[in-house]
Amino acid sequence: MTSDFSLMNDIIAPGSIIIAQIMAVIVPVLVSVAFLVYAERKVLALIQLRRGPNIVGPFGILQSFADALKLLTKENIIPSGSNKIVFILAPIITMVLSLAAWAVIPFAPGWVVSDINVGVMYLFAVSSLSIYGVIMAGWASNSKYPFLGALRSAAQMVSYEVSIGFVIITVLLCVGSLNLTKIVEAQTTVWFAIPLLPMFIVFFISALAETNRLPFDLPEDEATLVAGFFTEYSSASFALFFLAEYASMILMSAMTVILFLGGWLPPFDIFPFNVVPGIIWFTAKIIFILFLFIWVRGTFPRYRYDQLMRLGWKIFLPLSLFWVVVTASFLTIFDMVPG
Amino acid sequence: MFSVVKAIKSFALFELFSGMLLTFKYMFKSKVTINYPHEKSPLSPRFRGEHALRRYPNGEERCIACKLCEAVCPAQAITIEAEPRSDGSRRTTRYDIDMSKCIYCGLCEESCPVDAIVEGPNYEFATETREELMYNKAKLLDNGDKWEHEIAQNLKADSPYR
Repeated sequence: MTSDFSLMNDIIAPGSIIIAQIMAVIVPVLVSVAFLVYAERKVLALIQLRRGPNIVGPFGILQSFADALKLLTKENIIPSGSNKIVFILAPIITMVLSLAAWAVIPFAPGWVVSDINVGVMYLFAVSSLSIYGVIMAGWASNSKYPFLGALRSAAQMVSYEVSIGFVIITVLLCVGSLNLTKIVEAQTTVWFAIPLLPMFIVFFISALAETNRLPFDLPEDEATLVAGFFTEYSSASFALFFLAEYASMILMSAMTVILFLGGWLPPFDIFPFNVVPGIIWFTAKIIFILFLFIWVRGTFPRYRYDQLMRLGWKIFLPLSLFWVVVTASFLTIFDMVPG
Repeated sequence: MFSVVKAIKSFALFELFSGMLLTFKYMFKSKVTINYPHEKSPLSPRFRGEHALRRYPNGEERCIACKLCEAVCPAQAITIEAEPRSDGSRRTTRYDIDMSKCIYCGLCEESCPVDAIVEGPNYEFATETREELMYNKAKLLDNGDKWEHEIAQNLKADSPYR
């Protein structure tokens, strides 16, 4: 063999490094999903003066693992009228997409699986694709409620993606790069949440709508649609949807933190703050945003569908568009356009 | 002027933030949930739980087979058969309650002239099969022996109002 190709050096060695990197991201994400579900139940219980899960493990901390075990040992029912291939594929696609987006998230300086220059575009594209899982689930179930839920979900996600797009553009105007690491580094002096506060709020509310969280959880509105697009799902496929929903919640929080709260950067670059490692700041900020998600869920009632559309198209869209213009003019007039 | 204030309030999400502040305060209030299997809420002496047939202190069963409870039972859950015992007293040979029919209205204990059938304070008698809920005389007398102390106390506590 005189060829330069060597199985060991060209496939196994880099491949195993990539797999190790992927595992190092996915496993913590999935574990944190379990704890997020627990935290959500606990915080909601606190708000409603209940106790929440407190039996499995100390303070009920292992409740999610018990629930996961229960779900996975149940029978997986595939409705006879459904399109079986699409029905099975839908949760897999949703799950894969919500995990794939993590590839570009920088956890700390240099801690990123793939440091690509179109990180924001990639994130935006992948999070938009997750509609497909929902639509496929709703259509393949061949049942009324999932179908209506999927339609609502599609309309809602499309509407709010528009304003999210403009918010991202505002941030990009201030950074001059699509690379997520660069976006974080551009916030060394001040986090974008302060100069771009209205956009931060618009982004957060749109993120609630994008992840189908209350008060915008119309796709899975129990009162009118049973469980929305995953009404017909059971067992492992239901668990996949559930995991995907919470993983995308964490992803959206990570995106909020990177775009507005300075990623891994400490709030002030002075002694007690800057000795704490970046990953801890990053995690703490994500936990804060997730707490906001849950807190909002515990506070507000569900929007009506026309109110949801009105908010998306008549308020957020003009507001974010206006702010893009304001930011661009400001940067041009004061000659602060970044590189 | 008023509409300007309203618009500012609405764009500053004033109402939303005040709502969130309220829920945040509630997170630190004491909880109202009872840790059920470990803690239980207090019961009224009139609580109508699982049935029991009582005995006199000398061990003689109170029931005289008057069948008033069977007659009054709106769910027709009680079945009684009676015949004179060897000593000539009138006693039941069969006293069955179908606990899956019973609606726990308490009319049986109200109608009972000798306080024989009572609804005790026990509410933890769930079973795994339906058959176990078909109580017979032995089961009911057994309940009476088991709960006599509590039942007697409850009857005493409630007696001024009867």
